Amino acid sequence: MTEREKILARVREALKVAAPLPGSHGETHLPTSAKTVSTPRQWLPKVGETFEEQLALFQKNAAELKADFQLFTSRDELKAALAKISAAENWKRIASHRGELIDSVSGSLDLPICFMDKNYDIIELEMCDVGISECDALVAQTGSVLVTNRSAGGRALSVLPPHHVVLARREQLVADLPAAFELLQQKYAGNFPSMISFITGPSRTGDIERILVLGAHGPKKMTIFCF
Amino acid sequence: MTFVAKFLKDARVMAGDLRHRKIIRAALGNYEIARDKRKASFQSWESARQLAAETKWDALNHLDKYLVEFTAKIEARGTKVHWASTAAQAREIILQIVRDKKAKSVIKSKAMTAEEIHLNDAFEHAGLNVVENDLGEFIVQLRHEAPYHIVFPSMHLTRGEISELFQRELGSAPTNDPEELTMIARRALRKKFLTADIGITGANFAIAETGMISITENEGNARLTAALPKTMISLLGIEKILPKLGDLALFLPMLATAGTGQPLTCYNTMYGGPRQPGESDGPEEWHVVLLDNHRTELLADAEQRDALHCIRCGACLNACPIFKNIGGHTYGTVYSGPIGSVITPHLRGLQDWKHLSNASSLCGACTEACPVKIDLHHHLLQNRRNAAAQQPTFKEQIGFKSFVQLANHPKLWAFAKKFARLTQPLQKLVKGTRLDPGYHWTQTRDLPEIAPETFKDWWRKRK
Repeated sequence: MTEREKILARVREALKVAAPLPGSHGETHLPTSAKTVSTPRQWLPKVGETFEEQLALFQKNAAELKADFQLFTSRDELKAALAKISAAENWKRIASHRGELIDSVSGSLDLPICFMDKNYDIIELEMCDVGISECDALVAQTGSVLVTNRSAGGRALSVLPPHHVVLARREQLVADLPAAFELLQQKYAGNFPSMISFITGPSRTGDIERILVLGAHGPKKMTIFCF
Repeated sequence: MTFVAKFLKDARVMAGDLRHRKIIRAALGNYEIARDKRKASFQSWESARQLAAETKWDALNHLDKYLVEFTAKIEARGTKVHWASTAAQAREIILQIVRDKKAKSVIKSKAMTAEEIHLNDAFEHAGLNVVENDLGEFIVQLRHEAPYHIVFPSMHLTRGEISELFQRELGSAPTNDPEELTMIARRALRKKFLTADIGITGANFAIAETGMISITENEGNARLTAALPKTMISLLGIEKILPKLGDLALFLPMLATAGTGQPLTCYNTMYGGPRQPGESDGPEEWHVVLLDNHRTELLADAEQRDALHCIRCGACLNACPIFKNIGGHTYGTVYSGPIGSVITPHLRGLQDWKHLSNASSLCGACTEACPVKIDLHHHLLQNRRNAAAQQPTFKEQIGFKSFVQLANHPKLWAFAKKFARLTQPLQKLVKGTRLDPGYHWTQTRDLPEIAPETFKDWWRKRK
């Protein structure tokens, strides 16, 4: 018998006796079925129904998370803002990946770009001032950016450089976490990327006296440019 | 010294340590404010708890089916799954991978399951090196001590102590600024990230439907651990299963709310395999180690099966008046606080660890705090009952037998009362010393004075 068979046999033996239902304190009369008919959406924090409400909520959440969220009316405005932040922060090297949105705006930067789409040298990525990536979705409910290693240049790009810049389109905004998971199922069912990550603000820690410090191991700064 | 003797000794010291109390109060005070704010933002936190409990109930009560589904899905993407019945087997599996890869440098992101199997000690005994990369874990590793709390490993330390530690161990300049201290650790660990051959992680959830694990963190250390080294190892208990990917929409915000008072922690990441064809980075090999280590024994206890719902958020520790007074290290266990008191007897022996179930006021604050509705304080009572049934103590047996005799014989009862009233003044002479028959009670409590007249006598006179 392999360990797998042994463990599964012990599990099956253990489950021969039924457990009391949750919340019943050992009495069995409370919930009649194991699964009441409810979904996470109806209990999670409320999200407005209109696009404007959701956008405003994302903006508010991003501010609380100390992420810099900027909304533009056109792709050209976004392009200009990218050039401006690059000059202001004196970027020398950029890490990024191929993508429709990135390709259309990165020309304005006139800087060497390390692309993360194929094999790359980790030391080169470490030397970059910023990682610029696209994303799969923005989640209004939590102010999160949803990325995968397929849509956002691999596993390291969004977490190794000291500044993560996310480029997004308005239509990528989803209302809540259940909607984000539905989107993942629709987009990737059957062939999920090997990494999917909800990024909620810049990296942080409270391990020293529970005082918030940004940039524990990941980016100290997070900027979300949306048009 | 027995476990109980050490516990009593340490608890007595810590309960009187005002400095410790001040540190823990300050840390948990901020947490409580944030947590309550987040809870209030839910449309119904109570209903969310019920749904979370039911989802975990479903997962645990069909665990065999979900484990088979999870492993089939994750293996199909090229992941190597290992099964370990015992802690020793899990340690050996991991050490063997490290030896096979001839790894020079191993990094590890925070994993309580690794604490449970004492993985770092095993590395040390094997002459190998592993570096913790969560800031709190890194700090306690440098101090050669166990994590103080399952979510906040270094919450018992002040910035001054951490600064001294970094000066001594890392040669850094003195500073009292938490940000600067964090940056010292960041720089020291960044080098490790870039050169590590193997990265070890834990997991918060394992999704059966899609064959993924989910890791919740704030610092980005787990993200880097799963991105840079060529080999990745993830160690998780078999109870981490959730049936569906969409279940995370509930569990991720609940874990963050209960654990740290955040709407969502900074990184919540799902991994479904090693680097796939066409992907640009990630580990070439991924090993998932599934650990039993007495979990199936707890599973077999239907009454306490829900203890396996635990998502290790630490909310019960933070709510517990005992934890706040005696601190995390006093328990002498990997899992401290109410959940530790409930499960440690199952993991390490009821008779050796039953005292933890007695160290409780049964106030129920833990049960109320639990996001997955584990019936914690009732389980403490059940542990007491089971311990007494399994191995009654001689003193208790004598005590209860004598009481039965007394209570069944009115004359004897009346005599006992008279005798007690007459001899009580003598007790004062030996109060608090070993000669006192009620020593364990009276050293910290007053024995009420027995009334000069019994109710019976008073009633008779009144007539």
